[in-house]
Amino acid sequence: MNPSKKIAGQITDTAAGVRSKIQRRNKPTLSFPLRSLTNVTYQPKKGFLQLKGKKKVRTLTVATVKTFAQTLRMMSQAKSLVETDEIMTKREAYYVSKNWEDARFDEQPESDTVIDDIEALFEVNREQLGFIPEEKGGEVAGKLVVIDRDSDTNKPLRIDCTKFGSGAYSIPISVEHLKFETKAKFVLAIETAGMFQRLVKHNYWRKADCILVSMGGVPTRACRRFIRRLSDDLKLPVYAFVDCDPYGMFNIYRTLKVGSGNAAHINQFFCVPNARFLGVTPQDIVDYELPTHPLKEIDIKRARDAIKNDPFVQHYKSWQDAINQLLDMGVRAEQQAFAVHDLNYVMNNYLPEKLGNARQFLP
Amino acid sequence: MAKKKTTATKTKTKAAPKTKKAAPKTGKKTARKSRATVVKSAKAPAGVKPKSVKKTPARHATAEDMAQRQREISVAEFFMKNRHLLGFDNPRKALLTTIKEGVDNSLDACEEAGILPDVKVSVSPCQEENRFLVTIEDNGPGIMKAQIPKIFAKLLYGSKFHRLKMSRGQQGIGISAAGMYGQVTTGKPISIVSKTSRNKPAHHYRLEIDTQKNEPRIIADQEIEWKVTSGTRVEIELEAKYHKGRQSVEEYLEQTAIANPHVAIEFLTPEGETLTYNRAAKELPVQAREIQPHPYGVELGVLIKMLHDTQARTLQSFLHSDFSRISTRVAKLICESAGVSERSRPSRIARQEADNLFKAINRTKLMNPPTDCLSPIGEELILAGLKKQIDADFYTAVTRPPAVYRGNPFQIEVGAAYGGSLPGDKLARVLRYANRVPLLYQQSACAITKSMVTTAWRNYALQQANGALPTGPLVIMVHMASVWVPFTSESKEAVAHYPEIIKEIKLALQESGRRLSLFVRRRKKAAESQRKKAYIQQYIPHIAIALREMLTLSDRQESTLVKQLTDVLERSRS
Repeated sequence: MNPSKKIAGQITDTAAGVRSKIQRRNKPTLSFPLRSLTNVTYQPKKGFLQLKGKKKVRTLTVATVKTFAQTLRMMSQAKSLVETDEIMTKREAYYVSKNWEDARFDEQPESDTVIDDIEALFEVNREQLGFIPEEKGGEVAGKLVVIDRDSDTNKPLRIDCTKFGSGAYSIPISVEHLKFETKAKFVLAIETAGMFQRLVKHNYWRKADCILVSMGGVPTRACRRFIRRLSDDLKLPVYAFVDCDPYGMFNIYRTLKVGSGNAAHINQFFCVPNARFLGVTPQDIVDYELPTHPLKEIDIKRARDAIKNDPFVQHYKSWQDAINQLLDMGVRAEQQAFAVHDLNYVMNNYLPEKLGNARQFLP
Repeated sequence: MAKKKTTATKTKTKAAPKTKKAAPKTGKKTARKSRATVVKSAKAPAGVKPKSVKKTPARHATAEDMAQRQREISVAEFFMKNRHLLGFDNPRKALLTTIKEGVDNSLDACEEAGILPDVKVSVSPCQEENRFLVTIEDNGPGIMKAQIPKIFAKLLYGSKFHRLKMSRGQQGIGISAAGMYGQVTTGKPISIVSKTSRNKPAHHYRLEIDTQKNEPRIIADQEIEWKVTSGTRVEIELEAKYHKGRQSVEEYLEQTAIANPHVAIEFLTPEGETLTYNRAAKELPVQAREIQPHPYGVELGVLIKMLHDTQARTLQSFLHSDFSRISTRVAKLICESAGVSERSRPSRIARQEADNLFKAINRTKLMNPPTDCLSPIGEELILAGLKKQIDADFYTAVTRPPAVYRGNPFQIEVGAAYGGSLPGDKLARVLRYANRVPLLYQQSACAITKSMVTTAWRNYALQQANGALPTGPLVIMVHMASVWVPFTSESKEAVAHYPEIIKEIKLALQESGRRLSLFVRRRKKAAESQRKKAYIQQYIPHIAIALREMLTLSDRQESTLVKQLTDVLERSRS
């Protein structure tokens, strides 16, 4: 069955369920998967954080009547988007709600939450419902040809990612229709735009035979999905190169590899189970004598929280050791810290040395 | 120019009596001289020639010089200089005080004579700017001809000072002070017409007060026709300012009407409008009985004076007859406790023995003073008064049992009106009364206000900022009835802070607060439920719209859903 028809059908079923409850003079309910780290498990075979199935039931009462009405109206909106193959940014959805008189949203975060709820309700991603984010995906440079389509002529468009000079290819919001060709050996996902710029400027991709992706902090869904497709379609290993701090390790790397707790219902699509952690590791700080900063309070809190609550960390002893080592050292280091030795030290020494021993990478 | 002239003439008239009565010439000279020296020395610090100061030493006055300047001060002179003590600080207040004194006297007289008071007040502008003719007319018993001059043109002359009985007036200053104020500011005498019975003619007096002697001066005295059964009319022309709103004549009359529902008042304003305050009760308040002083309220000096003045022949009978709540048995006990024979003559009691007696009285446990000297308004009439003048949704009234401060019985009453057309975002309005007389000035100095702000109104579902009056659509009236209301000044504007009084007021406020909170809470609950209902009604249609869109329902199916949903939620609410 056509996936969009299937979603439209699901929406209709849910609406009919609500109606029949009302007709039977019962309080209608909607049940959503609970979206938090406590409701996910990690199974290495599947390779992503998966919902455990705890549900949150929203019953229509005096207190919830407003959100309930808003959720249903937004569902109706999604249904018409799916049926007409239209898209809408989250911001646009917020503005459309201004027609809803009393049920309108006052601020965008309110409408975003409702969209996230609906997404979870049907266990699809919001792009499939026709809602697209404003954020852009990330940047790509290196030995990759992306095959897109001209939206007017529908003819294939070949985009050679080696030909952007000092610039880069920008990952679109929806990547499902793209096709790829490559002769690269691996994908290097980089946390900061600054490090990405340095590697692009010196055409590191040519020297190392790779595709460079700039994530710009926590990777967006589109960026994760793009890397995932490179990983699946081209059978390329993916290495992450981020700062050595709890934020780089968990908020960025963990989300890239196994997804997030908040959007666990879509992790299935938006994760890169084959990703490995190249660095910077706590041991690198010692080995490469990197200049450091003391861990901030929030870093320590985040690290402890990861050991205690994160199913991914709990699964890998090597990660627990790495975190404990970091906590013992009490410091953090950024990926730009290699500049202390030489501006291009990272390119000429660190990366080749690490890549020569890819099996040692943290899972 | 005109202004300068008037000030000049004023100083002249003021100076005139001085020259007349001044001491012999020599004395006058010294006074002048010494004044001159003072001026010089005062100049010196800023002056150019400090040498001259050294050469002219000040001549000090001798005891003889001083003796020549020392003389008796008349009460009238004293109060003419200190008129703010009596409530004549400024033209606005002077107008109010004048009317207040007149109306208080009228009401006291009517009630004592058992007549339902009909009072007419009129304020009409005179030709000169800021001058008004105030007329207060009543249907009271009238005043005997011989008494009229003293009552209206002699300060501290009256019937109410020496007795212990609840009444509006106390000292016998008010109306004569108003007359004196009119005389000082306009030069016009006070005019009185009074008639004591149908068959007798009315007397018309025009009086001035001789401020040096505190004695009346009769300007005119004639018999005239006045077509009433009995009554009194007072006319005073005075310098004044008429205004509306807070602390105005209108406010005073309105509040008087609230606390005195048996009174009918007619007020002719300077603009020619007639305001009437109708009678809401046909019965006069119960006349308060006069009582003897309670021993606990008497100080040593007073006791000594009473011992000297009494008609009683023995100490025992003196204690029994001149005080309340002392039986012959208790009198004997007191005498024994003081170590004085109960048979001794009161006038022979020495200073030391009096002291012992005083201590013995305070050692002895005595019954509280009798309370039939009080005449509270009563809960029913407070409600009637409030309902007559204030548009509200809820009324309550509390009359406390009588209590005692410093040997004086008193009784506190509280009335409250809430909601209706009262403003909800302002501080509560407090109507203060002492012996049924509204107090309009010095709110913050008053024990009633203190009791209001120290009561925790938040316990009674009202908003209240720290140390402030509660906020809300609320009017609270507090009435203190007593044989002797302890005012903070002679102008009778604020009740003094006796702990016993504050305690009683707070108890009454708390009781009315409890009743009020029941009403407020019930109303809040109803409003909340109404609000919830409206809230549901706001969003139910949207649920139906969404379902119609998703399930392509008809309009009829949609409106059925709205009905069913409303049903479901309404049921869950209750």
